[in-house]
Amino acid sequence: MKVTGAQAIIKCLEEQGVEVIFGFPGGAVIDIYDELMKSESIEHVLVRHEQAAVHAADAYGRVKGEVGVALVTSGPGATNTVTGIASAYMDSIPLVVFTGQVPTALIGNDAFQEVDIVGITRPCTKHNYLVKDPNELVPTIREAFYIARTGRPGPVLIDVPKDVAAARINFPKPKPIKMQTYRPTYEPHPGQVEKACKAILKAKRPVIYAGGGVIASNANEALTELAFKLNIPVTMTLMGLGAFPGTDRLSMGMLGMHGTYYANMAVGECDLLIAVGARFDDRVTGRIDAFAPHARIIHIDIDPTSISKNVSVDIPMVADCNHALTAMNRWFDRHTDFDREAECVKHEPWLDRIREWKAKHPLGYVDEGDIIKPQYVIQKLDELTGGDAIITTEVGQNQMWAAQFYHFNKPRAFMTSGGLGVMGYGFPAAIGAQMAARDRTVIDIAGDGSIQMNIQELATARNYKCPVKIAILNNGYLGMVRQWQELFYDKRYSHTTLEGTPDFVILAQAYGAVGLRATKKSEVEPVIKEALAIDNVVMMDFVVSPEEGVYPMVPAGKATTDMLLV
Amino acid sequence: MKHTISVLLENKPGVLSRVTGLFSGRGFNIESLCVAATLEPSISCLTLVTEGDNSIVEQITKQLHKLIDVIKVVDISETDFVEREMVIIRVKAESNTRAEVLRVIDIFRGKVVDVSPKSYAVEITGPASKIQAVLDILKPIGIQEVVRTGTIAMARARKN
Repeated sequence: MKVTGAQAIIKCLEEQGVEVIFGFPGGAVIDIYDELMKSESIEHVLVRHEQAAVHAADAYGRVKGEVGVALVTSGPGATNTVTGIASAYMDSIPLVVFTGQVPTALIGNDAFQEVDIVGITRPCTKHNYLVKDPNELVPTIREAFYIARTGRPGPVLIDVPKDVAAARINFPKPKPIKMQTYRPTYEPHPGQVEKACKAILKAKRPVIYAGGGVIASNANEALTELAFKLNIPVTMTLMGLGAFPGTDRLSMGMLGMHGTYYANMAVGECDLLIAVGARFDDRVTGRIDAFAPHARIIHIDIDPTSISKNVSVDIPMVADCNHALTAMNRWFDRHTDFDREAECVKHEPWLDRIREWKAKHPLGYVDEGDIIKPQYVIQKLDELTGGDAIITTEVGQNQMWAAQFYHFNKPRAFMTSGGLGVMGYGFPAAIGAQMAARDRTVIDIAGDGSIQMNIQELATARNYKCPVKIAILNNGYLGMVRQWQELFYDKRYSHTTLEGTPDFVILAQAYGAVGLRATKKSEVEPVIKEALAIDNVVMMDFVVSPEEGVYPMVPAGKATTDMLLV
Repeated sequence: MKHTISVLLENKPGVLSRVTGLFSGRGFNIESLCVAATLEPSISCLTLVTEGDNSIVEQITKQLHKLIDVIKVVDISETDFVEREMVIIRVKAESNTRAEVLRVIDIFRGKVVDVSPKSYAVEITGPASKIQAVLDILKPIGIQEVVRTGTIAMARARKN
């Protein structure tokens, strides 16, 4: 059967089960868009900026546990995706991004809207392709989806020249993908499983340190089973929030630069650290030589390059987190030569110590009359949504407060740009998340600075009837940089004061959304309640205490136990 | 410590750029790089010399292996191996030094590949240390131009 390249692309997307794609048309992809219009099963979301298309696809994929898809044109359309692609790469998010390209005969001739997007995105994609032979188009798309979703997931870019999209080709039947060069390891080595389990039985002060890999591999249940089985406290990275129930007694919340006092102290004093799907980011470890100094380290990760990259590991396990944790749970179930009850009791003094730390320095802030504290807003959002909303964030103080004060009990409910730290991620991500979960409440927790980086997507949210709620913690500053300037630059607030910020209430109205404002603490709850009751995009402008800081804080380059507290 | 790494990879456009991009992006240095197709035209063999402690080289080999187009990565300096490099040197050779240049070339088992009234171009192959030695000897006579291929290497076969 002969089809055009553009028809083949749509057929491939349908074959992969893609239901929603995010994009922006242009000359180089007109053929693909023409075919897209005929598709009955694929909905296209027209964004207002290509960066937003990728962030939205990223969050859509995260919520669904599938590959997100974006489609943009050549040149500026393609370059506008780079931030979104780099963010997905850092956070190991499966994505396939289609970019249009000038016709093959013009490639390399500096043609109008030509750019070497394959060269530009080489360092920030898991893999990328320029399809020059129309007959390679279908196998390439199938391979791209396979690469994006398997192993350590990541973004894959396919650059499609205009004449390839127009060419007539055969549409081959799908075959199992066999690659000579790419074979991820899923199953853990049984010897390493045994070593890890024996190390756990020997430990008196173990800590589980769970990262985004747990969520990516749907290992949250296996992780919870392991923690409960042996009474082991759990701390999570920013990307790992939701991997373990945040309200559970064994949860210590997030660790690292803005982690909880008790999580950081526990890692500082533990004798065994069980790292699962986490990569020892510098925001987690602080000073490397002072990180978990008394601990043997087990590290489970599907990506061998993550093992012993930053921190030397005693028991490495290259495997899918779910497979590895399931194997460990089975090992403990099979080996009945130890007393599980006694093992749990053995950890109680350690848990008592953690409880003491929790009581001494819980997460908190100083209340000041009717002034709105940003942490209070998050607490109220948590309370009034029953902790059941999908939360996206921008980057900075808003992100850290959301991570600290919203309790995530389930995975795939917290979308944030963890690795790259993209201001402007949260709002398009909220749209993507809402497209994936139409019946859920989706809230973007934003700063007054970062919301302005992709604020044009109010039109998209309205257009597709995504009743996303935006909670702006409006402090008049680029807050996180201001906090650093306050602490380490003698309060020289160089260019962190935001002048010319729009009136968010009127701005929301201009887009046909609803704008609400709270300037006093007593107004926070009514505003949130009203917002949650409205079936429309709502922008909540919370005018918060301007110089509030995020605490605890580990100054850069210090040990994680060396924290500045409230 | 110097490490010689042999990489088998798909012979496709852009693959070499992925390898070199990986090095520049992560701040690893490449001392020498040689690449050409193998007997199987769809596969290339790349020999790469780099310097770093064991943890850096472990990262380099793991990262190389992570590239989708890379088939096999071996740090052959961990085993017994043969290495060769070729150099073409244009050296000053006038009446008073011509004989000496020929004598030196002969000692190093090189050969003259181009002659002019005032210079010889000579070709020499060997391990990088031999190439360096001949350059050191010819330098006082007057080297005008040097082109080196970089190292290629192969692990020695087992003797039993």
